[in-house]
Parts: sequence; C-alpha cells; structure tokens
Amino acid sequence: MKRIQAHEIEKKYGKGDTAVAALKGVSFTIDAGEFVAVMGESGSGKSTLLSIVGTLNSPTSGRLMVDDVDVYALGKDKRADFRRESIGFVFQNFNLLPYLTLAENVMLPLATVRQKKAKKRSLAIAALERVGLAQKAERLPSQISGGEQERVAIARAIVGRPPILLADEPTGNLDSKTGKEIMGIINTLNNEGMTIIMVTHNPEYAGYAHRVLRVADGMLA
Amino acid sequence: MTLGDIAISNLRRRKGKAFFVLAGLLIGVSTVVALLSLVSAMREDINHKLEMYGANILIVPKTENLSLTYGGLSLGGVSFEMQEIKEEELENIQNIANAKNVAALGPMVLGPVTVAGQRLLMAGVDFQAFRILRPWWTMKGQEPGDDGALLGSEAARLLGLGIGDTFHVDQREIQVTGILETTGSQDDRLIFAPLAMTQKLLGKEGRISMAEVAALCSGCPIPEMVKQISDVLPGANVMAIQQVVKGRMETLNHFEKFSYGVSALVLLVGSLMVLVTMMGSIRERTVEIGIFSAMGFRGSHVIRIILMEAAIISGLAGLLGYLIGFYATKILIPLFSEGHGAHVPFDPILAVGALLLSLFVGLAASSYPAFAASRLDPNEALRAL
Repeated sequence: MKRIQAHEIEKKYGKGDTAVAALKGVSFTIDAGEFVAVMGESGSGKSTLLSIVGTLNSPTSGRLMVDDVDVYALGKDKRADFRRESIGFVFQNFNLLPYLTLAENVMLPLATVRQKKAKKRSLAIAALERVGLAQKAERLPSQISGGEQERVAIARAIVGRPPILLADEPTGNLDSKTGKEIMGIINTLNNEGMTIIMVTHNPEYAGYAHRVLRVADGMLA
Repeated sequence: MTLGDIAISNLRRRKGKAFFVLAGLLIGVSTVVALLSLVSAMREDINHKLEMYGANILIVPKTENLSLTYGGLSLGGVSFEMQEIKEEELENIQNIANAKNVAALGPMVLGPVTVAGQRLLMAGVDFQAFRILRPWWTMKGQEPGDDGALLGSEAARLLGLGIGDTFHVDQREIQVTGILETTGSQDDRLIFAPLAMTQKLLGKEGRISMAEVAALCSGCPIPEMVKQISDVLPGANVMAIQQVVKGRMETLNHFEKFSYGVSALVLLVGSLMVLVTMMGSIRERTVEIGIFSAMGFRGSHVIRIILMEAAIISGLAGLLGYLIGFYATKILIPLFSEGHGAHVPFDPILAVGALLLSLFVGLAASSYPAFAASRLDPNEALRAL
C-alpha cells in the first residue's frame, strides 16, 4: 500500500530576482490504488509536480510523504532504493536504450537487483507478455513502432512490480488508436491495484482516471 | 542484465569512442613497454659485450715503481725492472667463491729482448687463455706451439720478418708461426711466445709479470671478485677494468632517465585523452544516466558502469600495448645495438606491469567523469528528454 501525501510543496527554479516558481504550495493526497490524471497548460507545473512525486526533483519547501515516510528526508541512495522498489516511470518519448534489445530494456530496472539472470529474464518476458510483445523480445527498439515502444516502456516500468506508476503524457506521440491501446493497458494495471498518476493534455484519456488534478500557474485549481 | 552487461553493451554501441580511449592508452602503454624493453635489452647487450671485451680484471704486482700503460690501460707497477708474482699463487684463484665465473685466466711474463739489434718487449702467454682474453685478435698463420712466436704487426714490420722466418733471442732460434693483424694497441709492438719458453729465456721461471682474468659478467659481481682475488693474492694488486664500459653505461643511464621522462609524458597525454573522451561520452549519455536514475540506480551504480567500461578498455590496452611495445622493441633493437646481438625476451613482470599501469591510468582518468556522471541531477536529465 502506498498513500501519497503532498504538503505545501513549493518549487522554484533559479535564484534571487530571476527565480521562477513552478509550484506554489501544492497539497494533495492520492490513495493507494487511485488513478489520478494531472492536467494543465504547458508550463503550468504539472511535469514538475510529477518529477517531485517521482522523487527525482527536490522541492524548495514542503514535504512529500509516502506511507508516512518523508521521502526527501531520505539520503540520495535510500531515495534511489525507494524509487526502484516503489515507482515505475513511463516517459512520453519512451526513452528505451537503443543498443539494448526489448528484453534487455525491460530488465534494466533489475540490473542492480541481486537475482539470477534467468529469473530476471523470465520477469522481463512476463512483463512483455503483459503488453503483448513477448514474441519481439530480441528486437531492438529501432525495429518496432512507436506504439510498441511505449508498450515496452510500460513493461519496463512494471517489471519490478512497483505499487506506483508515473506516466508523463504516455500517449503524446501516438495516434488515437494506439493511444487507446496504451490507455487500456494502464487502466488494466490500475484495476489490478497499481496507483497511477498520469500527466495528459487529452481530456478523453483523463476520463480513464478516478479524478483529475488541474494545475494552473503552479497551483491546484 | 547486470551493470557489467550494460557496460559491455555500451562499449559495443560506442565503438568509435571506445577505440579513441583504447588508442590513447595503447600509445602510452606501448611506448612505455618499448622504451623499458629497449633499455633492458641494451643493458643485457652491454653485459654480454663485457664478456666479448675479454679481460675485465687485471692482476699486477704491488710496487712503488712508476706505472706503465699497456693497451691504454694502467698496469699499476709493470715496468722493465719490476717485482713479479709467483705463478703457482695463481692457482689460488680456483678456490675463490666466484671461481665458476672465471672464464679464463691468462698469466703473462714480460721482459725486454734484443732481436737483430732492436730492443723489443717479449710477452710469454698462455695462448689457449688468450683466445678468450683477446677475442678481437686476428692473425695470419697460426699460434705457436711450444717454441714458436707470434709477432705483433709493428714488431714484424720493424724486424722485417714474415711467417716461417726465424730470429734469435740469446742464441735460441725462434720461428715466426703467425703475425697479428693491426690491433691499434700495444700488442702490435710485442713478440708473443709460449709462457714457459719466455720465462726460461727471460730467466723468470715460475714467475709472471701480470695476469688477466675474464669473468663472465652477466650478473657476476666484479667488485666482489676483485676482493676475493686480492684476498688469495696478497702480494698482488687486483683491479677491475671498468673504463671500457663505463662511458657506455653512463650513456645508457642517461637514455634510461630520458625513457622514463618520455614515458611519463606520453602517459600523461594518454590519460588526458581518456579524460576528455570519457567526459564527452558522459555528456552524450546525460539522458541515459537520467533514465538509470529514474530506474532507481544509485550514484555508485553509475560509477561502477563507467569504471567497468574503462577497466575493459584499459585491460585490453594493457595487453595489446605490451604486445605492440614488445614487437616494436624487436624491430628497433638492431638500431640501438651493435652487432645485432641483443635479445628481447618475453618479460612476464613487464607484461603484468603494463596491464596494471594501463588499468591504473584508465581508471584514474575515468574516475572524475564517473564521479561527475553520478552527480548528474536526474531531473535535469529528464528535462533533456
């Protein structure tokens, strides 16, 4: 179970007179198993919000509690461990490593885990099966379509079975049909109990979420 | 999938960068190996030539007389009216600790003789020992038996004698069996005859004027042998002929210091090449490192990936660098050695040293880029996505 609580999160980029406030005291709670869409105009602060929830971007002030753990009070290594165990990332640009096969890309989050190679491989193949790409496991990212690359990115995000999935406009670069397929997979993961936080511009896809957090000018509307 | 697999996959992908780092280290390591091998081979060559130079220890009587030079070398107290060493005492040399290092022992009796009105120096020698003590001698004719003589080229010219001619010393007829080619030394003006005959002619039976010793010098302790011989011949002055090779050794020592300097410089340039290439590689991989961070890699994991890549390339550079340096030395050594006699042996210590040196330089030059990569802000990397 992972309950996320943000308390007065503030984030400024730069210093002094040139500092820009991306988030201005944002507070919210996301319960375990919830599917939350984050919407807002470009530059509104939604990606900053996602990176802070993803423990990749320290807030200027405020606290992020996950199951009563103040994650930004943890040291860098502990925070990296927390990220590996608790959070899966899906990026808009897929960000698969071009020199690794699909199976190897999916195994990437397991590279630092002490497990036998065969076990890691079976977990990766199982994750690829979840997104319907097990038969293309040995191909390189350049040998599959954009939609398939996004599905591999989802497989990579869930291979370590994290309780939280963060998706930054996962359908942004895909056509409507492929976008719906991706949303179907994400929705299924949520139905299985995974907490989903997804940044999107598309109101149709936001409709899959239980609720929408609207960010405008660094604040929740 | 392990961190090692990621490192190997990345090297395969970035072959150009990997090759550049490899080339930097390869040039450094092979230069160091070649220079050190050259110095080592040349030192070995000089040691070998010491044996070829013939005698390297002289035994002369202790005397207060003015010294006489012989072949450009100081003979201490050798003079026409000098003291002598008893021939039987020379046998004590067989009992010294380093007796096995004595390749040849050549007693010599010297004395003036008058031949056809000319005053000349006659040297009674053991011709068998002199084959080792004077390897540079070439002669027309042959060595004398028990009663012949070998003339120096100048002595033959002065006396107007040729092979087969005879001359008289104190009524004794002596046949010239051979004439030396010009040596450029005092040997050219001497009459060489068998030791026993000369001792008899000079009235010095059982006595010698001096002796020469050729020690096998590869690793044999010449100063120690000089002391040992001095101990068993208390009435003699024993000295090492060092000036023959000293100049050459000094040149070699200068070359050795120069080699170390060049090696250090080349290694520095090589390590800078590695540093710059690795830093460039890290900049190119900002996004990739950001993804690693998002996946929960610790900074130490990123460092390990980069250092593993550096270790693989450095290890390869160490092995190839040794082989290139080794074969380069084989090709170059004839240019640095006279007579083409130098040998370049496989040196396992140098091979392991080259590997360790390459690993050290590669890892040291990559440590800052690896550290910088581990400190990359993952959010910056994600913003670059």
